[in-house]
Amino acid sequence: MSTLEWEARLGPEGRRGAAKAAPRRTHSRLTDPLFRWFVTACGAAVAVAMVALSAVLIASSWRAITTLGLEPLRTIPWSPTGGEYGALTSLFGTFVTTVIAMVIAVPLALAIALLLVEVVHPALGRVVGTTIEMLAAIPSIIFGMWGIFVIVPLMQQYVQPWIQATPLGRLGLFSGPPLGIGVFTAGVVLALMVLPFITAVSRDVLKMVPTVVKEAGYGMGSTTFEVMSKISARYALTGIAGAVFLGLGRALGETMAVTFLIGSDFNTLPRSLFDPGTSISSTLANTFNEATDPLHVSALVELGLILFLITMVFQLVAQLWLARARRMSGTRA
Amino acid sequence: MIGRRKTVTVAALLAAVALVALAVGGCGSKTGSGGRPADTIVGAGASFPFPLYSKWGEEYNAQKGIKLNYQSIGSGGGISAIEAGTVDFGASDAPLEASELDAQSLVQFPMCVGGVVPVVNIEGVGSGALKLDAATLADIYAGGITKWDDPAIKALNPGLSLPASDIAAVHRSDSSGTTWIFTSYLTAAAGDVWTLGANKEIDWPTGVGGKGNEGVAASVQQVSGSIGYVEYAYAKQNGMDWVQLQNKDGKFVEPSLESFAEAAAIADWQKTPGFAVVLVDQAGAATWPITGASFILMQKENSDAARITNALDFFAWAYRTGGSTAKELDYVPIPDSVYSLVEDQLWSQIQAGGAPAWKK
Repeated sequence: MSTLEWEARLGPEGRRGAAKAAPRRTHSRLTDPLFRWFVTACGAAVAVAMVALSAVLIASSWRAITTLGLEPLRTIPWSPTGGEYGALTSLFGTFVTTVIAMVIAVPLALAIALLLVEVVHPALGRVVGTTIEMLAAIPSIIFGMWGIFVIVPLMQQYVQPWIQATPLGRLGLFSGPPLGIGVFTAGVVLALMVLPFITAVSRDVLKMVPTVVKEAGYGMGSTTFEVMSKISARYALTGIAGAVFLGLGRALGETMAVTFLIGSDFNTLPRSLFDPGTSISSTLANTFNEATDPLHVSALVELGLILFLITMVFQLVAQLWLARARRMSGTRA
Repeated sequence: MIGRRKTVTVAALLAAVALVALAVGGCGSKTGSGGRPADTIVGAGASFPFPLYSKWGEEYNAQKGIKLNYQSIGSGGGISAIEAGTVDFGASDAPLEASELDAQSLVQFPMCVGGVVPVVNIEGVGSGALKLDAATLADIYAGGITKWDDPAIKALNPGLSLPASDIAAVHRSDSSGTTWIFTSYLTAAAGDVWTLGANKEIDWPTGVGGKGNEGVAASVQQVSGSIGYVEYAYAKQNGMDWVQLQNKDGKFVEPSLESFAEAAAIADWQKTPGFAVVLVDQAGAATWPITGASFILMQKENSDAARITNALDFFAWAYRTGGSTAKELDYVPIPDSVYSLVEDQLWSQIQAGGAPAWKK
């Protein structure tokens, strides 16, 4: 095909391009808008899915919202057979397991992050860091199975009786028969599951602490511990807080591992951390597929909606906080 | 060259999108309620008979070239699915009442019988060593008995040394036909001690929940001092320690296919409306008291004659020749006398395309 023929086909618009380059350029003239259209569609699809998901959650829980009103937020027992749909046991279990997980995971994650950044040789740091990040790749059902087959007997036979024998046991938080299964064990396994997320983000923000500042600290005669605790940790504080929120968001929604380990008691609030309880996600996992009464189904979806709102808030806070941390360290560095 | 490569990439992407769209569209038309493939029988429901139905399905497919697609979504899901007409048959461990069957224009027939077995994990107590009666079992699950050396348990087991450890009563956390059978037994046999009724889900006053038979089995195996209830097949295949139960005749029995079959043989199928026979707490010296049947539900009026005839052919084959497979998998086959009743009284009511779907 000659250049003239191409010009004739493309008209005055095409002639400008054709004068500059070979005829093939017409392909990219077509593909650029096509590609732009395609990626825009992909991006829009995510937004549409998000909005549609929220709409479906609200629509499907509407019956429960209108029939039960605020009752679920005030009542304890979840008893579909008795027509009671109290969300408090589920909410309580969700928050308590998350708090246990954070109490264990945050100090551990910070210690590991400081170790990786400040203490060990960078090569070893990479190996250890990768190992911890691989924890994040383990499917949650594996954590659940490992929890019930390994952690539960350990908890029942050694850890829980030991805690009850220490002064901690007199607090009342750890009373009751040590069953192995319960809120406490679920929280401990949850801690391991969120550990990699908090560690990875904390390590990255700690790495962003400018070397000059740390060297200034050493120059003043500080020990490594002083540099870590007084300079690195404070400098990275905002970012670490963001990392904690990120882990929190994950812990709140975790389903399979918690369902295996929490003991699924839908009716009573746990009296101690060793008692069985339930979380929002494990109540859903346990009862959703057999729920037939429309109000029951709707109340379950409402529980899902509550969880969705809670995790969304935590994710948003985490993202905002992390963005702020990056901006701050960016300007200071 | 770069331009061409980009074109190719974009074209490939578009082709992929088109393919996915086609595939999704294709699936949609295949699974639509009217257009299920004719050589596949579709069923859904109870998880308890799932291993048996899928094994039967495999054997039937090898012999007759008709596939069975059985989804083990739970009894509740099976009932909803057959009421909505999205499957050829539903399956449930808890029978529907005759009035419910009439209201939804369904027929119900038993397909296999099995037993629910209390299993324990107590130090120093082997399988079949512990003896319990209904009242004691009910009191454990009601929270009245909390230690293994409780006088009520000791009285039933004079020779056994029982530890002073706490009892962890493990129950199903999901809604389950197994729970229904178990609590039906407690309701029938434990008298005043059990006040929580018989249901697929119970407001348990104490204990730990496990999801599914496997969840309860895992909890009992891992938590010492625990008691749970699982389907016989789970207890047997996992080598769990079961207990002896006192039956209606006052005899202590161990769970076995024979003691389940005994209960199935004694039950009066013919006189029970809708075949909604409950096999718990039957008379007879050798009967296991927590026996239950698993039921199939079908609609009386169907549009697609070929599919319904296929399904009935499959069930007839399973009744006549599936017994040995059932026993291998620790289920009790339905007695022949019950099968003839099912054929005469129930299948004659099933219509497809305006004509009876079942011809002997």
